[in-house]
Amino acid sequence: MSDLIEGYLNMELLRFTTAGSVDDGKSTLIGRLLYDSKAIFEDQLEAIERASERAGSDEVNLALLTDGLRAEREQGITIDVAYRYFATPKRKFIIADTPGHVQYTRNMVTGASTANVAVILVDARHGVLEQTIRHSYIASLLQIPHLIVTVNKMDLVNFDEKVFEDIKDQFRKLAGKLEIKDVRFVPISAKYGDNVVKRSENMPWYEGPTLMYLLETIHISSDWNHTIMRFPVQYVIRPQSDKYHDFRGYAGRIASGVFKPGDKVTVLPSGLTTRIKTIEMMEKQLDKAFAPMSVLMTLEDDIDISRGDMIVGENKAPQVGDEIEIMLCWLNETPMRLGGKYYLKHTTNDLRCLVQDVEYKVDINTLDKIHGDKSVGLNEIAKVKLRTTKPLYYDSYRTNRVTGSLILIDEATNNTVGAGMIV
Amino acid sequence: MDGYHLNHLQELEAESIYVIREVAAQFERPVLLFSGGKDSIVMFHLARKAFWPAKVPFPLLHIDTGHNFPETLEFRDRLMEKTGAKCIVRYVQDTIDAGKVVEETGPGASRNVLQTVTLLDAIEEFKFDAAMGGGRRDEEKARAKERFFSHRDVFGQWDPKNQRPELWNLFNGRKKLGEHFRVFPLSNWTEMDVWQYIYMENIEIPSLYFTHEREVFLRDGVWLATAPFMELKEGEVPVKKRVRCRTIGDITNTGLTLSEANSVLDIIKEVAATRTTERGARADDKRSETSMEDRKKEGYF
Repeated sequence: MSDLIEGYLNMELLRFTTAGSVDDGKSTLIGRLLYDSKAIFEDQLEAIERASERAGSDEVNLALLTDGLRAEREQGITIDVAYRYFATPKRKFIIADTPGHVQYTRNMVTGASTANVAVILVDARHGVLEQTIRHSYIASLLQIPHLIVTVNKMDLVNFDEKVFEDIKDQFRKLAGKLEIKDVRFVPISAKYGDNVVKRSENMPWYEGPTLMYLLETIHISSDWNHTIMRFPVQYVIRPQSDKYHDFRGYAGRIASGVFKPGDKVTVLPSGLTTRIKTIEMMEKQLDKAFAPMSVLMTLEDDIDISRGDMIVGENKAPQVGDEIEIMLCWLNETPMRLGGKYYLKHTTNDLRCLVQDVEYKVDINTLDKIHGDKSVGLNEIAKVKLRTTKPLYYDSYRTNRVTGSLILIDEATNNTVGAGMIV
Repeated sequence: MDGYHLNHLQELEAESIYVIREVAAQFERPVLLFSGGKDSIVMFHLARKAFWPAKVPFPLLHIDTGHNFPETLEFRDRLMEKTGAKCIVRYVQDTIDAGKVVEETGPGASRNVLQTVTLLDAIEEFKFDAAMGGGRRDEEKARAKERFFSHRDVFGQWDPKNQRPELWNLFNGRKKLGEHFRVFPLSNWTEMDVWQYIYMENIEIPSLYFTHEREVFLRDGVWLATAPFMELKEGEVPVKKRVRCRTIGDITNTGLTLSEANSVLDIIKEVAATRTTERGARADDKRSETSMEDRKKEGYF
């Protein structure tokens, strides 16, 4: 096998989200990452050069690369999450590019839901602002494992070390109030490329890694929970052919933990126990399976199992209950109805629920809790109590992003209206 | 924890298989749109993996424009025979004959746009409620915002302003009567990922993707294949060249690449070289001699 292929087959996938407004240089930063990692094609680059020239600029305006969003805003179209792709020899990257203004909290939450890393932009001239608090709060609420605070526009503050250090201090105070496990800081100039992909010669005082180096090396394989065994059954495979006459396999994606043939497991909700017979993937027998693999499992005993059931390990049982508390982000123009009924999707389970109570709302710009106000509208976040039509098997979102997350769906419009993280 | 590591292709595969199984679980009459191109071949491969050892629990649908490369159809028929899968074929020619659409004429005429009508007719005929396509978000700007589960109204239309938010891996396939979904299991793949996966899994692809001698002519800087239904303009002279397809579509609009790539590995090298081409080297870069349509399909914005 050639080195080329060897390299490709060792690449990891990293998903990150970027938070910051256009004014923070977010588009320029993404453009810079794509440009310096040579993920931009010639025809695009030529188009940008022409556009930059037309605008009377000598330099290539990298923000134009991701300008779809800006154009949309000017036209008054709903701004959305846009996904962008690039790769370096070490990793393949998926960027969930979301606009950072308060009215787009919905989009940030969406982009953050699958991210390993959040890149938060702070303008060196302005320091930690209300929007920085908002972005960091959403990153912590969605339990993004790693946060990279990029202090941008260092060129406009003479690449001053003190400015960078002051912002770090400001941010650390904020982070103390949030649940953020891993924070890094990088002083950059997205416009000129300092510390984005290439090391800055203008900031010799900074000895840390560049943004790209962090993105390429941050340890992400333990972002998945590999301790508690959870396997939501997605689809039951019954070939009913002569060759596989009595075959019953359970297809699904490992939510967490490591499963091995021979492991003792419990099937919920029946509570029956058995052992794993095989774990397979198209004629290939696997000696283990872990998140986020999609596999097929067979069991020693013939147990009646259907979609929505969960196969779990012995070490730690999930919580069970029909009354749950969630942190809810409301995603729809029509406000949440207190006492209203909604469809609920949790792992591979479909059920219904009733909104029982709003405990408090969160002012996402100050992090203050607001008690007494029971209305929850678009882009608002609240702690809410739900009652479900049947018991849910779950973990707290803090311990498991898969078995701890759910969405609410409006019964009349079928729209996805709420994103819930189980407390 | 280092024993628990997937490479990017394995992670993309796991995600796509999850999406395909979700489609089979949430919809009553799903269908997989099959064009004979590499993306739909990969999607079909993933579907087989998703349900093995059972058969893929939904049919394939090929919208035949009548302007195919003969190799594409041979490949399709052989693949169906080998796997025992069922492929429904509906013809644009029938849509034309029924007077539902009017065909373009003259040089440059294409049936590309007409396909949509035939497709929507087929969706209605079979009451399909979810149609899986090989579309990827890296193809162009508008696609960058597409969902895995993309809702279509009763008229089959997409409303980009009113898409459902898609969080975690919780896909909402709820719909009203007459509405359907387009589902894109390969959303997060790039052109390069597709080629690497074909290599990793040793997936068979049509011979058109590899270098071969063919009669071609140059139109607007793009090499096109000659065919009985291709009208030549004045000054267009058929010549023989060593070419291959970067993408497989209709003969009328599939630009051919001058290439000696003889294996998937060669193709990966070619794609890699295209990606790292330095500014300015492009004017004489043979690999860029493809139509814009081709580029969009193949991973250009």
